[in-house]
Amino acid sequence: MKAHVWVMLKSTVLDPQGQTIQRALGSLGYDKVKEVRQGKFFVLDLGALSRDEATKQAERIAKDVLTNPVIEEFRFEILD
Amino acid sequence: MATINTDIKVTPQIAAEHGLTAEEYARIQKILGRDPNFTELGVFSVMWSEHCSYKSSRVHLKRLPTTGPRVVQGPGENAGVVDIGDGLVAVFKIESHNHPSFVEPFQGAATGVGGILRDIFTMGARPIAVLDSLRFGPITSGAKAPESKAGQAARLKPCPDEPAAEELTRNRHILDGVVRGIGFYGNCFGVPTVGGEVMFEPCYANNPLVNALALGIARREELFFARAQGAGNPVIYAGAKTGRDGIHGASLLASAEFSEESQQKRPNVQVGDPFMEKLLLEACLEAMRTGAIVAIQDMGAAGLTSSSSEMASRGGLGIEIDLTRVPQRETAMTPYEMLLSESQERMLLVAERGREREVFEVFHKWGLDAVEIGRVTGDGLLRVLHDGRVAAEIPAHALAEEGPRYQRPMAAPKASATAPMRPEDFLREGADLTENFRRLLASPAIASKYWITEQYDSMVRTNTRRGPGAGDAAVLRLKGSKRALAIKTDGNGRWGFLAPRAGAMHAVAESARNVACTGARPIAATNCLNFGNPEKPEVMWQFSEAIDGIAEACRALETPITGGNVSFYNETLGKPIYPTPVLGVLGLLEDAECALGSAFCHEGDAIVLLDGGGASAGAESFSSSEYAKAIHGVVAGAPPAIDLAAEKRLIDCLVQLAGERAILSAHDVSDGGMAVTLAESCFDSEGFAADVDLGAQDAPAEAAVFGERGARAVVSLSPASLARVGAIAAQYGVKAQPIGRVTRGEFRIQYRGVPVIRGMIDSFRQAWSESLGKALGSA
Amino acid sequence: MKFGVVQFPGSNCDDDAHHAIGAVIGQPVEFIWHQSEQVSGFDAIILPGGFSYGDYLRTGALARFSPVMRAVDRFARAGGLVLGICNGFQILLEAGLLPGAMMRNQGLRFLCRQVHVRVENTDTPFTCRARAGQVLQIPIAHMEGNYFCDAATLSELERNGQIIFRYATPEGRVDERNREANPNGSLRAIAGISNRERNVVGLMPHPERAVELALGSADGLVIFRSMVESLTRRGAERVSA
Repeated sequence: MKAHVWVMLKSTVLDPQGQTIQRALGSLGYDKVKEVRQGKFFVLDLGALSRDEATKQAERIAKDVLTNPVIEEFRFEILD
Repeated sequence: MATINTDIKVTPQIAAEHGLTAEEYARIQKILGRDPNFTELGVFSVMWSEHCSYKSSRVHLKRLPTTGPRVVQGPGENAGVVDIGDGLVAVFKIESHNHPSFVEPFQGAATGVGGILRDIFTMGARPIAVLDSLRFGPITSGAKAPESKAGQAARLKPCPDEPAAEELTRNRHILDGVVRGIGFYGNCFGVPTVGGEVMFEPCYANNPLVNALALGIARREELFFARAQGAGNPVIYAGAKTGRDGIHGASLLASAEFSEESQQKRPNVQVGDPFMEKLLLEACLEAMRTGAIVAIQDMGAAGLTSSSSEMASRGGLGIEIDLTRVPQRETAMTPYEMLLSESQERMLLVAERGREREVFEVFHKWGLDAVEIGRVTGDGLLRVLHDGRVAAEIPAHALAEEGPRYQRPMAAPKASATAPMRPEDFLREGADLTENFRRLLASPAIASKYWITEQYDSMVRTNTRRGPGAGDAAVLRLKGSKRALAIKTDGNGRWGFLAPRAGAMHAVAESARNVACTGARPIAATNCLNFGNPEKPEVMWQFSEAIDGIAEACRALETPITGGNVSFYNETLGKPIYPTPVLGVLGLLEDAECALGSAFCHEGDAIVLLDGGGASAGAESFSSSEYAKAIHGVVAGAPPAIDLAAEKRLIDCLVQLAGERAILSAHDVSDGGMAVTLAESCFDSEGFAADVDLGAQDAPAEAAVFGERGARAVVSLSPASLARVGAIAAQYGVKAQPIGRVTRGEFRIQYRGVPVIRGMIDSFRQAWSESLGKALGSA
Repeated sequence: MKFGVVQFPGSNCDDDAHHAIGAVIGQPVEFIWHQSEQVSGFDAIILPGGFSYGDYLRTGALARFSPVMRAVDRFARAGGLVLGICNGFQILLEAGLLPGAMMRNQGLRFLCRQVHVRVENTDTPFTCRARAGQVLQIPIAHMEGNYFCDAATLSELERNGQIIFRYATPEGRVDERNREANPNGSLRAIAGISNRERNVVGLMPHPERAVELALGSADGLVIFRSMVESLTRRGAERVSA
């Protein structure tokens, strides 16, 4: 089982990296781009687990380790 | 990526594709007494590459002075070693990572720092400082050609074209990546980046230079060498797992010119892991203390191959390794790939038989892989096993030491490109020198490098007495000792281009002078020789000239060369870089408390020009100055004549003055001449300015104010010390000319009794301090 | 009195903290390995700067799962003094011993420079020897020092006097929007905070790099000397009780 986990800064938290990319895009002619936010993407190979177990484990890892709840939020999906 | 098929029968054609000539291939056949298999061919091709074998440079490098009373280890080991007293030794070396830094600036520079750090701790020394000598293409649109004689000036410039906007952007991008990469690696590893220099010339646009110098400290009896001993002793692999990183990376990249095609087939770029390196550092030093380690070498270019064959060769022994036992990051790797992999942060050790466990325990404590992969043998062969079969079997000594050596043809280039220009050929009557000065201060070569250096942790390990910009050289105290070390890199490529021999001598002299300005006595040097394609007779001539210049200067200044590296093939699309020998000079301060900075200290202090004498002001050399280039777009003539005896007198005098605490600051006269030297001593101070009168010389004002003749330094002192300083200088045959005093507010330089530069110091500081950030802030 | 300096594998200011406490202020000090499961026998614990476990995920993110941090947590809850410097501060935030989080510096670059911080609260074991409003020159060296917390946490910090240090101009003026005076863009120019009980403090500047004038500043001494003084006082109280 594999899990994909996306971790993003909460929408209420300023993202200077995203803003910098947006400015750079503007100067390259992509001035219609309204917002860029940067995040992290993780691919976890969870080994041989049932889908249920994999879901539980991925959620726990994402919540406890991969995310800092003060500034970040996550979503994930399980792949066979 | 696809694996490389190694079941191919080797033909002369395949050997040629590996960069081996017909003669080299014939020699391999003779050494082996048979045709090599594909794996063996790959091994020979990297070990006999320019990068690993120094085949074009060896015959010349022999002319360098490499011994001296303090030299414990000269060239030939992982780094040079000099005795610094108190039972301590300094271990240091400079190395290039030019080609990888062009392919991928961030990772290229990062792994460059990683590589040189491993060279230091491999010898049992803890790294205490890193310096970086960097060269890039222009990052701002440069000087306009002078209005008068514009045609002539343009013709004389080697790269006369104004760079296009996208070129500037690309150069800034490369600089930004390199700086981030250096910071990323050094900051995490925990070694302070304390200095270096950054210069800009069009010739480096497609071939930046990234030379990293590392300095470490060890107790003399704790030094380690890469010399295998004791047949039967286990060979241990430690550190990161092996992947398909950079196969034929450093070795081939650094052994062939860049072409459009080679850019497309970017090899797997090596990726640096400074955390892994930090673990490796601690584990290696701790394992060494167990006494169970016999020899150790890092796996750099050509990884497993070079480390095993070099350790075996140095010990006059053989090594047998079983690749099946090598920790691997990827699956189905062939012997060819494993032997040539340039995965970073790996070490090869020889331990004492029976004490392996002690070594493993230390590495495991630090969470690192450490496995026995083979043993030392008495048969002198590098034997590589894989899946129970012999994958390669080559005499180790032949591989490491019997590579080809070439006495390549040399020819001096046609002289026309560098014909001298008299100052009146390009200077304009009635020029506003204050305005030109302001422009010079803002030019990237002269401007403050703070924007770069504040991205480096320059203070970690709490030894940095003088960090970036605070003195002419970095000064590091030695905990538990009264002494301190000073270290500096330098090398003016433009001068190397105009006159390779004199340029190289200046590189040695300026580094040594910088070190002496902190009060330290220069004791040893390391060099990184960056040149074009050695198969071109002009490049080989430049190289040979530079070697002679370095040799002569190092003898005169008593700074033997203890190591370094040669980087050839710095060319893109047939255009070579300026020949750029970069010198790193190490100095020793007997009393750390006597270390001098370059900044003025008190209002009212006397400013004195110390002049070792020698050649005249040399108005004819002014066309090679930073000012001529930055303000008038002129690159011509030859560097100022150099007088090594004068340099030595000045160095000895500075060391004495600092040791007696007779002066309060010292700053050498170099790029930008007296005007820039004086201004820099103000900029780093607590808001002081200077008021000086240079007297009258037989030169136009511009040449007097901005000329770059060597063997000079500007010092400041209490007015009460004037007589004493004059007397000490006289003992050394150095002229001490009081030229003015430290003031506040207005910065003024007079020449022939007339103010030629004047303005508020803050406005000059602003031009100098903000320019790089403005140019790079958006990079 | 005994200080402990925790060593994570990627700590690189551990030797510097050890030197500052042992060689400079002359107090007993020992290293504590990150696998240690207890920290008994120590009176104060320092989490030094560096890159704990490489910090590739987030600074300090993995360190909080280490055995030693469970012990440090117990030590702190029992009232022991804990000082987190730079990466140590980041670890205290991740471990929940201090509120808030660290973001990347506003300029998105690593910054190593001398800065000035104003002492905002002298009623702590880490600042008791400082003058109120005293300005200290101490260097920073970090990529993620941009302090952030939500509005509720911020007002609680303000109300409880938990903001111990703020970045300031050399004259002591706090100017949150000025990059010179607040180099990493921290919320309210916060450079260091404490927990409610004031026995746990984290700060981004490196006081251990500012204990010898020869290296540029000795202003960091006041923090270590405050710790020594408050521990001495505690010891005396314990004896008389």
